[in-house]
Amino acid sequence: MGKNLEQQKLLEQQQSDLGAQPDLRAQDQVNFRRSKPPLIHIVKRDPPSQLKAILVYLAAIFASLLLGALLVWALGHNPFSVYRQIITGSLASATALKETVKMAIPLLICGIAVAIAFKMKFWNIGAEGQILIGGFASMIIPIYLPQLPLLIKLVLMALLAFFFAGLFGLIPAFFKVRWGTNETLFTLMLNYIALQWVRFLQYRKSWQDPGTRFPKIRPLSDAEVLPKLFGVHIGWLFALILVVLAWFYLKRSKHGFEIAIIGDSIQTARYVGMNVPGVILRTIFISAGIAGLVGFFQVAGADSALTDGTAGGVGFTAITVAWLAKLNPFVMVLVSLGLAILQKGSISIQSTMGIPASAANLLSGLILFAVLGSEFFLHYKLHSQKRGPQRFKLGGRSELKAEGEHQPYRKESK
Amino acid sequence: MERKPLLEMRKIEKSFGSVKALAGVDLELYPGEILALLGENGSGKSTLMNVLSGLYYPDAGQIFLAGEEIIIREPRDAFAKKIGMIHQHFKLVEVLSAAENIILSDLENGALNRKKIAAEIGALAERYGFDLDPNKKVYNMTVSEKQKVEIIKALYRGAEILILDEPTAVLTPQESARLFAILEKMRDEGKSIIIITHKLDEVMTLSDRVLILRKGARVGCLNTKETNPKALGEALVGRRLNLAIERPEVKTKEDCLFVHNLTCLNQSGREVLKQISFTAAKGEILGIAGVSKSGQKELCEAITGLYPVSGGSILLRQKRGELVVDENLVGMDPREIIRRGISMAFVPEDRLGMGLAPSLDIVDNISLKNYRALPGPFVDRVLPAKMAEDLVQELEIDTPSIRTPIKRLSGGNVQKVLVGREIHSAPELLIVAYPVRGLDINSSLTIYRLLNQQKQAGVAVIFIGEDLDVLMSISDRLLVLADGEQMGLLDPRLYSKEAIGLMMAGKTQLEVDKLIEEDRLADNSEGQNVTYTGANIYSGEAE
Repeated sequence: MGKNLEQQKLLEQQQSDLGAQPDLRAQDQVNFRRSKPPLIHIVKRDPPSQLKAILVYLAAIFASLLLGALLVWALGHNPFSVYRQIITGSLASATALKETVKMAIPLLICGIAVAIAFKMKFWNIGAEGQILIGGFASMIIPIYLPQLPLLIKLVLMALLAFFFAGLFGLIPAFFKVRWGTNETLFTLMLNYIALQWVRFLQYRKSWQDPGTRFPKIRPLSDAEVLPKLFGVHIGWLFALILVVLAWFYLKRSKHGFEIAIIGDSIQTARYVGMNVPGVILRTIFISAGIAGLVGFFQVAGADSALTDGTAGGVGFTAITVAWLAKLNPFVMVLVSLGLAILQKGSISIQSTMGIPASAANLLSGLILFAVLGSEFFLHYKLHSQKRGPQRFKLGGRSELKAEGEHQPYRKESK
Repeated sequence: MERKPLLEMRKIEKSFGSVKALAGVDLELYPGEILALLGENGSGKSTLMNVLSGLYYPDAGQIFLAGEEIIIREPRDAFAKKIGMIHQHFKLVEVLSAAENIILSDLENGALNRKKIAAEIGALAERYGFDLDPNKKVYNMTVSEKQKVEIIKALYRGAEILILDEPTAVLTPQESARLFAILEKMRDEGKSIIIITHKLDEVMTLSDRVLILRKGARVGCLNTKETNPKALGEALVGRRLNLAIERPEVKTKEDCLFVHNLTCLNQSGREVLKQISFTAAKGEILGIAGVSKSGQKELCEAITGLYPVSGGSILLRQKRGELVVDENLVGMDPREIIRRGISMAFVPEDRLGMGLAPSLDIVDNISLKNYRALPGPFVDRVLPAKMAEDLVQELEIDTPSIRTPIKRLSGGNVQKVLVGREIHSAPELLIVAYPVRGLDINSSLTIYRLLNQQKQAGVAVIFIGEDLDVLMSISDRLLVLADGEQMGLLDPRLYSKEAIGLMMAGKTQLEVDKLIEEDRLADNSEGQNVTYTGANIYSGEAE
């Protein structure tokens, strides 16, 4: 007992030694909020089932549409008629439908292109520039070898587009594996170089459209473009084939396996004897090359010409496509169609209702935000503390005594 | 004598997903005592302390300080209640000095009076017997110095309740002893200390009371004096245990790895390994001891081709048909080593960062090492799936399915997958780095058993460990490293723990032998005839 008293005294003395500290209880009263338990706190949860995850995503899309409706309503329009116009304007007529599909093709192909890089955690933000370089490379053939037969011409155009864009993508990849540069900034900056290169070509004599004095590259004649299937250039068929190929490549092939491992841990990849720089270079060549094919399809299919608007933001929207689809090529078909509907529909609401087409961008941004944000609810839940009925008396004991458990320790003496 | 507890935690509950980390745990801490919190990994001891220090908020339960309920929402609240925690991973700013780190927490007070602060820190250090230069930068400090900074930081903030999370995991035996002396001094001055540990002998030497947790529940609280390590160990795992680690004798040993004058430089050109020479033999476990970051990681990675070698040779004896060839591994990367068909397996320290791909499933992780073997562009997953099934059964890996991403498994099960995969490749040389780190007693014993099996099957095993007791009881020979230098290569049966501790702290084997000899002579002159084991050297000096 004596020793205990001494200790108490010592404790008190120490507390007065540390007099600089304000009295804690007084502080609590001032800062009242802090003395209360939080209403809710965040708790980790088990990963939910696939069905539940899909439901959460759908709820998120619904919520973002609702938010979009509020926005439209605030602008003084009827949200229902605006949404209806978006749907009818993009799907209701054959012409509108063809336009929508035409918009979805580059999004889908380019989504696959960036997804291959993203799977490796290589943040290829440079698809925009790779599309332009692809477009430029595919124009080399009609400019310099215009007399080739159509099939050979188109195949060569596609090959060059893939190859040049792939090389263009290798620049940041090389710097990354050699000196560890940041690929996000690097690929982003290269976009502007590609853009200026195309603008430069518009002024070059050999590339300029002979029919005009404007800075404009010679367009392709009707005899030089991709054939159509069901009214849309054949690129859509290629895109669907690419979806299947990409799925097998990422999920089943050794290359895909290597991409997944490097994306997960470069150290592990090195440890198992992988040629890490080689795999990174190869993967980015393929990723950028596919983005280059988008340029080819835009030039030889959709636009029949190379302009500085050939990429037109596809390279960036493709990032949205890849993420919303969680890098799954099959889901990307749906996502790219959905985004194309929004874009086509927004053009339609602009002409019929006078709402700026950028409203569609806003809406797709909202959807992306909501869907990616909803992942929070897949991994965490909000929890409020159980209180009230369970107030415990001080000094109570709660010792676990499960049945049949071996208890070699002595009971605590009270 | 009825004492009133200073701190009480009542029915604390905390879940992570479906895992109940704490299922209504009680804890009481009295003024002026050292309470050991004993439990296996996953028993909830760290979670409980994180609740107390404000890192986690409990799902249910209450905390009382001196009889009054307190709410700890975040670490700041814990400081305000004079509760300080020293985490296992120190939270210090490397480029600042000790003093600057200590006052960082106190910047809110406004004016910064360096002189006064230095004096205060000095007074604190003196009071508890720390030897610490307040102006030394943290990046120049040893682990034990950093720990001291952390402790003074907590004291400077006025901590009355000090929580230490496995403080001795990174210390030599001598440093641990000094830390314990400091903690005892604090206790005698009336501070209350909670020490998280899973080492039973630490509990016995240091604590006044011991609280045992198992699977998120409190199984008991005892006075240390009234118990013994065996009883504690059994309470810990809930069944009778044989804690002894075997060292089976293998008749035919055959040297197979010859490391000679191995030197490695790190990126800034500093020598991280200095002229290391040893051999490893088939049918033998070679232990490697040293405080953390003494070059163990670099040594393993140099042998396996992951770390650049600046000098020396690493020869691996291989049979090439009729010929016996000593292949020099220096300059080979892992790819080259695999290509040459050199059979070597490595369980790295950072399992999820190096040995495994955390978001891939068990099957994929098993095929990591041999997916290239089969021809064709596609990965074969049929054979690895069968192997995964076998492995899960054989090693009792607890997983929902073989298709579960590896990062969702517990540490012990992750390690079983990794060790299982490496052993399955039937290596001649098996290198394991900290194979039981973070594992509970049961899983650890499984790993030791597997290593001994490998040794008996004629594999050369190199075992890098941190628990000296384990290293000494499982190794046939022990290599001691200190700061990248080889301090000794010895038979652990002939040296005491303290003697090896001295080598870990930077004394060479020769110096230690001399000390032992001197001690023995001194003892003999007193007329005592003892076979010396070096047990009392350490009370002398170690610095």
